[in-house]
Amino acid sequence: MMKAAAPSPPAAPVDDALTGLPGLRTWPRVYAFVVVSFIVWVVLLAVLPRLFA
Amino acid sequence: MNGLDYAILLITILGIAGYGMWRTRGGQNLRGYLRGSGETRWFAIGLSVMATQASAVTFLSTPGQGFESGLGFVQIYFGMPLALILIATAFLPIYRRLNVYTAYEYLGRRFDTKTRLLGATIFLLQRGLGAGITLYAPAIVLSTVMGWRLDLTILCAGVVVIAYTVAGGNEAVNVTQKYQLAVIFAGMVAALVILLSRLPAGLGWVDAFRVAGHFHHLDAVSLSTNPKERYTLWSGLLGAPFLMLAYFGTDQSQVQRYLGGASLRESRLGLMFNAVFKIPMQFFILLLGVLLFVFYQFERPPVFFNEVAWHDRAVAPATAPRVAAVEQSFQAAHTAERGHLTAWLDARHRGDAAAAETAAGAATADRAALDAARKEARLVIDPKGRTNDADYVFIGFILHYLPHGLIGLLVAAFFAAALSAKAAELNALASSTIVDWYRHVLRPGATDAHYLRASKGFTILWGVISVTFALSATLVENLIQAVNIIGSIFYPIMLGLFVVGFFLRWIGGTAVFWGALAAQALVIVLFLRWDISYIWFNPIGCLACVGFSALVQLGFPPAASAGQPLPTR
Repeated sequence: MMKAAAPSPPAAPVDDALTGLPGLRTWPRVYAFVVVSFIVWVVLLAVLPRLFA
Repeated sequence: MNGLDYAILLITILGIAGYGMWRTRGGQNLRGYLRGSGETRWFAIGLSVMATQASAVTFLSTPGQGFESGLGFVQIYFGMPLALILIATAFLPIYRRLNVYTAYEYLGRRFDTKTRLLGATIFLLQRGLGAGITLYAPAIVLSTVMGWRLDLTILCAGVVVIAYTVAGGNEAVNVTQKYQLAVIFAGMVAALVILLSRLPAGLGWVDAFRVAGHFHHLDAVSLSTNPKERYTLWSGLLGAPFLMLAYFGTDQSQVQRYLGGASLRESRLGLMFNAVFKIPMQFFILLLGVLLFVFYQFERPPVFFNEVAWHDRAVAPATAPRVAAVEQSFQAAHTAERGHLTAWLDARHRGDAAAAETAAGAATADRAALDAARKEARLVIDPKGRTNDADYVFIGFILHYLPHGLIGLLVAAFFAAALSAKAAELNALASSTIVDWYRHVLRPGATDAHYLRASKGFTILWGVISVTFALSATLVENLIQAVNIIGSIFYPIMLGLFVVGFFLRWIGGTAVFWGALAAQALVIVLFLRWDISYIWFNPIGCLACVGFSALVQLGFPPAASAGQPLPTR
């Protein structure tokens, strides 16, 4: 006779409000990081030709 | 290519496709086939979104764009971070809460069936057309330079991608894209390393950047307000977000990538991964083209990079004298330019400003002569000048300067890119056809097993349509631009449908349906008659769709207010 499978423990609810990223725990921080890195890239791209003119 | 190259190419491509089929073998249901396992983590979603957008066109054509025009093309990606944040905060939660298979299901629930079918049809039309380019683009370039038959190249790539996409559905696309992207990145890094190692002795990377900067190839940000200039900071910040919002937020080939995420968090992080890394990735691919430009200042390039077409003109009695004259003037200008650039760099190293200025001026004049010779070469190829050899620049470098083995790896990278984008497209086309049309309108109420079989049938059908389109296509635009131009005609209206759905809840289905049709007609007329950068058609079309919908709703309120309200949070 087969042993009935033990009920698996309920899966932990995924907390979508937290990002799980170290240092960027909330979504506003993640979005701010994205925007800041974008601005940094645009500035770097803008000054690139001046650096090697 | 020798035996080693072909072995690497075949093992890589068939190995990844076979692995995808093996991993997804066994029992399937419709949900798993269309949405995947539902356990995909953010990194895999991020790679999948990236691989779907970065087709072979990206890797073949973008270095050519960098070679020809410098870094300016990167500005089209300036709209991505903002667009992806908006999708992550506004679009994605609604898609996940409604548990939709396709983005157009949302339109059906928010408005009505006809609006849902309009959205699905615009997607099928636009993506169906683009799907041909995804196969045709690498095939035309690779077959030309390799001497392969174009039809066989398209057919072989088509059969491979159809086989594993039909067999494994969305999960096979996810599984294979990771490895395909790994091959692509390995190939591109190898090409960059070889290119840097082949720069002339004594020419460091600072000198290489100086040469590129002297010829304005490092001008990545343009502040021009000329609407005809395709890539400017303003078109990137104000126009491109609409294109990116439409592509990532409403195109099923992308929506399907992140709907399969294990949770909202995983899907969001996958999108943010692209928001951070897409601009650097495109920058480095363009930079590869810029460094190719520098490389060819010191190493003599072909006058026309589609060397097969050029050779055909060289041996044809009618064009042979012109080819010889162009070759002669090109060679003279190139030799002079190389000398003046060397003198310029030497003078800079010595600190002799006057000599440097003189040599730089002479090099600029030489470049004008070289450009004139290349323009004349295009006229030799096509008297109306409607030809472009930029797509052949990178593959030409690979074949002439990379060692065997790496050639096979790079060609495998191009094919991997073509297959990864193609598979996602086929999967999305089949999903929308089955969910929005077949199950909803044509054959409702059948079993899941029937729909699963039908999904596989539609995947084959779209694959055959793509192959047929690719076999009959011809293009004069640079390939990477052609894809974006087609998108800019259809995407804005699709985005308009969703913007009205998400943010203007007082507008109903009938109003948005007719508003969208009117806006689509307007964009097509403007595209044919108005010579401005195609990026601007994205905000124009989207805003026209919103405006026309509002006007119809205000003008005919009783008939147009039949939308079904949905909670937005």
